Amino acid sequence: MAGPGGDMQWCFSQVKGAIDDDVAEADIISTVEFNHTGKLLATGDKGGRVVIFQQEIENKNQPQFRSEYNVYSTFQSHEPEFDYLKSLEIEEKINKIRWLPQKNAAQFLLSTNDKTIKLWKISERDKRPEGYNLKEEDGCYKDPNTITSLRVPVLIPMDLMVEASPRRVFANAHTYHINSISVNSDNETYLSADDLRINLWHLEITDRSFNIVDIKPANMEELTEVITAAEFHPHQCNTFVYSSSKGTIRLCDMRASALCDKHSKLFEEPEDPSNRSFFSEIISSISDVKFSHNGRYMMTRDYLSVKIWDLNMENRPVETYQVHEYLRSKLCSLYENDCIFDKFECCWNGNDSVVMTGSYNNFFRMFDRGQRRDVTLEASRENSKPMQVLKPRKVCAGGKRKKDEISVDSLDFNKKILHTAWHPQDNIIAVATTNNLYIFQDKVN
Amino acid sequence: MSGENEETQAAEETSVDEKEVQDKVISPEKAEEAKLKARYPNLGNKPGGSDLLRKRLQKGQKYFDSGDYNMAKAKIKNKQLPTAAPEKAEITGDHIPTPQDLPQRKPSLVASKLAG
Repeated sequence: MAGPGGDMQWCFSQVKGAIDDDVAEADIISTVEFNHTGKLLATGDKGGRVVIFQQEIENKNQPQFRSEYNVYSTFQSHEPEFDYLKSLEIEEKINKIRWLPQKNAAQFLLSTNDKTIKLWKISERDKRPEGYNLKEEDGCYKDPNTITSLRVPVLIPMDLMVEASPRRVFANAHTYHINSISVNSDNETYLSADDLRINLWHLEITDRSFNIVDIKPANMEELTEVITAAEFHPHQCNTFVYSSSKGTIRLCDMRASALCDKHSKLFEEPEDPSNRSFFSEIISSISDVKFSHNGRYMMTRDYLSVKIWDLNMENRPVETYQVHEYLRSKLCSLYENDCIFDKFECCWNGNDSVVMTGSYNNFFRMFDRGQRRDVTLEASRENSKPMQVLKPRKVCAGGKRKKDEISVDSLDFNKKILHTAWHPQDNIIAVATTNNLYIFQDKVN
Repeated sequence: MSGENEETQAAEETSVDEKEVQDKVISPEKAEEAKLKARYPNLGNKPGGSDLLRKRLQKGQKYFDSGDYNMAKAKIKNKQLPTAAPEKAEITGDHIPTPQDLPQRKPSLVASKLAG
């Protein structure tokens, strides 16, 4: 990416969060999402809190504008709960946030933990009424006998207050843990997916939801795969996809039948049986699926790679990018320390020409589809001087390690970048390390 | 990255001939599998099978009952607020406590450090 002739050069812009190494569980970032204009950036954490940042731009009309994301609103979205029937704790961790397209002055987002989805309204208040007849300024009621004249209260400007209020609570529809939510392009419905089922909701109706996919076997001993992610098509309101732990993606058409257990398309790359090992199925499990903005492709992330699929071709992906192939010879230890089950997300840039995903050691990777180039960058406090250009990083898989390279055995597997987001139009990215949020910007924006 | 794949494939092609002679494990993935099996000989052959999936489906700490859960939560809160000692120690056994006598137990809302 960094190179001659108009390539992207990523610079540090901001970092949010505490500096100290002692990370509290609650501060672990669990989701990051830009809204549809990119003006708002939401994060969710393990403590059930949502923080929303708003972009403020200087020199908006210049080609090299500087933008900054500052705290706009923060609220407690979910609280820990206890399932009395199963004696199981329900974590307050926010698994996903999805923004609704803006319809009026207020902003709406859906946030979900393992069991409950909530619709939050975020609204601004910059005026307050003054001059009540019956109340004093401090709210105490006046003695009605002292009132001798009437006046009309007026609205006067006040300091901006941003209020978040829960407008809907969609509960009790999932026996298993919700991994995905996706707003439909019809802007009226959305889906929620857990390990075995997918439900369709109407944004206005909380006491009912339709089950559209159910892969629970009659006998749980026969369970072979679970749903790992689901998403609605960006333009076709009848189409959605869901991925599985076996590396398959199913595309379903809601016009075909009420229960979409039968897929319309099944995307699966054939496997070479001679290469099959104990780890094959585990590393083929898809951790994220995302449609391209133009709706013609979808991207899947499995443990070692990112694959781009053409929706018209089911038998194999059109592009495959290796994220950290050097980990293939470390699978034994990665299985022992559970890292092999880490769920990395992936994202597209605004015009679908570049895709991005995270890795270990606070590295993240970008793949330029058109230019067939990839780069590894690092999110760290050491590269956090304002507008400091990020230097590409390189991992040495074996043999002689060159000067600036890092060897596979020196990688910190506790520093994982699972969540990344790309601004819908501009080259601004949000990268979440364990408890910090980094914002990077392309030098020539 | 693609260079590495080519090297692995080339290594596989030459090693296949040698396999009969040396009976050596070739691909890095299979080598890792052999390592794992050596460390855990009782490991079943179906890694993605129902055991693993069912463990995944039942994520979340299980408690004996709701009392157990509330005790555990109270223990965590007490650790975080060491100064919250009861002021009226003489309540115990002296008279029947009323809700006003009991120390307040409000959940502490700590703001996210991202908003700092």
